[in-house]
Amino acid sequence: MSDPEGARPHAPPIPRTKEELLRLYREMLRIRRFEELAARAYTQGKISGFLHLYIGQEAIAVATKEVMRPGDRVVTTYRDHGFALALGSDPKACMAELFGKKTGLVGGKGGSMHFFDRSVGLWGGYAIVGGHVPVAAGHAFASKYLGDGAVTFCFMGEGALPIGATHEGFLLAGLWKLPVVYVIENNQYAMGTPLSRTSPVDDLTVRGPVYRFVTDRLVVRDVFEVREHLARAARRAREQQQPCLLELVTYRFRGHSMSDPAKYRTKDEVARWKAQDPLHRHEEELRTTFGVSEEALEALDDEVVEEMQAAVDFADASPPPDPEERFEHLYVEDPSAHPDLGPPPGDDIPAVTVRSFDPKGA
Amino acid sequence: MAVLQIREALRAALDEEMERDVRVFLMGEEVGHYDGAYKVSQGLLEKYGEMRVVDTPICEAGFAGVGIGAAMAGLRPVVEFMTFNFSLVAFDQLINNAAKLHHLSNGQFTLPIVFRGPNGAAHMLSSTHSQAFDAMLSHVPGLKVVSIATPYDAKGLLKSAIRDPNPVIFFESEVMYSVKGEVPDEPYLIPLGQADVKRPGGDVTVVTWGQGLPIALRAAELCQADGIDCEVVDVRTLRPMDLDTIYASVRKTHRAVVVAHEWPTCGVSAQLAARIQADLLDELDAPVLRETYEDVNMPYAENLERLVIPSAERVRDAILRVAYHRI
Repeated sequence: MSDPEGARPHAPPIPRTKEELLRLYREMLRIRRFEELAARAYTQGKISGFLHLYIGQEAIAVATKEVMRPGDRVVTTYRDHGFALALGSDPKACMAELFGKKTGLVGGKGGSMHFFDRSVGLWGGYAIVGGHVPVAAGHAFASKYLGDGAVTFCFMGEGALPIGATHEGFLLAGLWKLPVVYVIENNQYAMGTPLSRTSPVDDLTVRGPVYRFVTDRLVVRDVFEVREHLARAARRAREQQQPCLLELVTYRFRGHSMSDPAKYRTKDEVARWKAQDPLHRHEEELRTTFGVSEEALEALDDEVVEEMQAAVDFADASPPPDPEERFEHLYVEDPSAHPDLGPPPGDDIPAVTVRSFDPKGA
Repeated sequence: MAVLQIREALRAALDEEMERDVRVFLMGEEVGHYDGAYKVSQGLLEKYGEMRVVDTPICEAGFAGVGIGAAMAGLRPVVEFMTFNFSLVAFDQLINNAAKLHHLSNGQFTLPIVFRGPNGAAHMLSSTHSQAFDAMLSHVPGLKVVSIATPYDAKGLLKSAIRDPNPVIFFESEVMYSVKGEVPDEPYLIPLGQADVKRPGGDVTVVTWGQGLPIALRAAELCQADGIDCEVVDVRTLRPMDLDTIYASVRKTHRAVVVAHEWPTCGVSAQLAARIQADLLDELDAPVLRETYEDVNMPYAENLERLVIPSAERVRDAILRVAYHRI
């Protein structure tokens, strides 16, 4: 079990302005309020299936958005709402996806675990643990192949480290020096199993050197700290084609999913981590260091809640997908509708089609 | 017109498509410096360099996933499995990612990728290296599945598979890479999803693909002596399957035998028999029979292996049975 106070000494605080802190605090609050409303909708039976909440980990997604450049990609797990919102997806489309509606982010085909929003750089929420790690290496491979300068950020829980796909993805990223930043969001529990029961070591970055990764480790308390560490890793990936492995020690305050009462951890432990909740720390900082008034904080909260309640109302009022939509996009029917599938430059081989060939024929 | 081996026809397809489209690259174990475990990719590394002919460590889940991620990002990967037996450790990538991501992302991402390599039994490789994945992979919505048996089909179908905007499983065979046949000098494509009548005939339809084709053709020759004229239909694409061509043949002959290098239980051959019997019940003069592997893990010993794999003689007997011919 990692200590919320952190095994390493506190670095000196990163300078920040009130405006910047307010902006990032607001982004984190948007994710939290969105998910609280989603949890309520779940208990009301408006959302079904699995719903894995990101509450407690919001600083990571918000910091990631801060260091991304146009063309960069985020690949993450089924705990994906925070990334969609932080990267700029419409909360209405996100909530509608949870509600299984036609207006959802992926038209009601994916639900909570499979948010994809290419327009903001969200290249997917993946729900088979570890399976997205080589896929992210593939995105980075394409960046190297095409020389597009993009960085792929791939997030996983600490529960993804035992599975083979993670190792294989790491290996190829390291072997081929791909521009990728792998981030372990170590929230301490793989579903209900603490790290101590799945890993012989506490510090997960010890795996990095065998893949020639540059590694870094941080307890998530401060969104500016997370931003700084992610920015450093992104710079290495972008400028030096140096893959990085960053372990961010964090905590989820809710159960693994909505059906999990989280009986495997003590109230005391949760309380100790809640004291380090970046959202609350930053709220307190706004109040005490920057003198933001209670009224101003409440007004900000009201605005955010209003935005997210509008998303709920939108999702509720949206129609379900049309019946024929279940077959849409099973296969690409019209390549011209997809920019990635354009003809190669200088295509001069006519698309001659021959139905059958008779070697004995004329 | 050139006479090429299947491996040469596949190589020509790869070469032409890599030359045509800089986004196309080949990746897999031993594809580069070793020139391919079965020499399909011989010479391509020298011509295209290491960024486009990519040797990988032994990590199928890893490089299948890299191929998928690269395809999503706009490249056109051809991923070689040294054999499809090794694809088992990459099944999560094939089934959860390749087959689903276009649909799951509601069309935001496309997966123009080919997974190719030998499938089915070779010769005395025992059970872990002699498996057929026809049914397992054809079962999955979102994938296309091709199985080739001639140099002409190998080239035309691989080129189409590489150009296809969807993930394509492309089955070859270790024991057929040296099979020779004529291949036109001019460029051509064979569309996916079209069966091909490899031998015209009027009495019994023999439906087959891949390694089943040479067996079916030999059985058809044997039946000639019994006065039975077989039509051999090569399915070529298992998904989507060209039932029209198969049905047209069965409507003519009213009898069908399916010959398949795969296990019988829940096989593609079972699917075919079910469809023919359900859709053409009134046309049939006999139940559809199947000749497949025996329902057992492949033994190493030569005599045992020969018993498990369908022989031309076994197929001949099935043809005679559906023709109600005295055996």
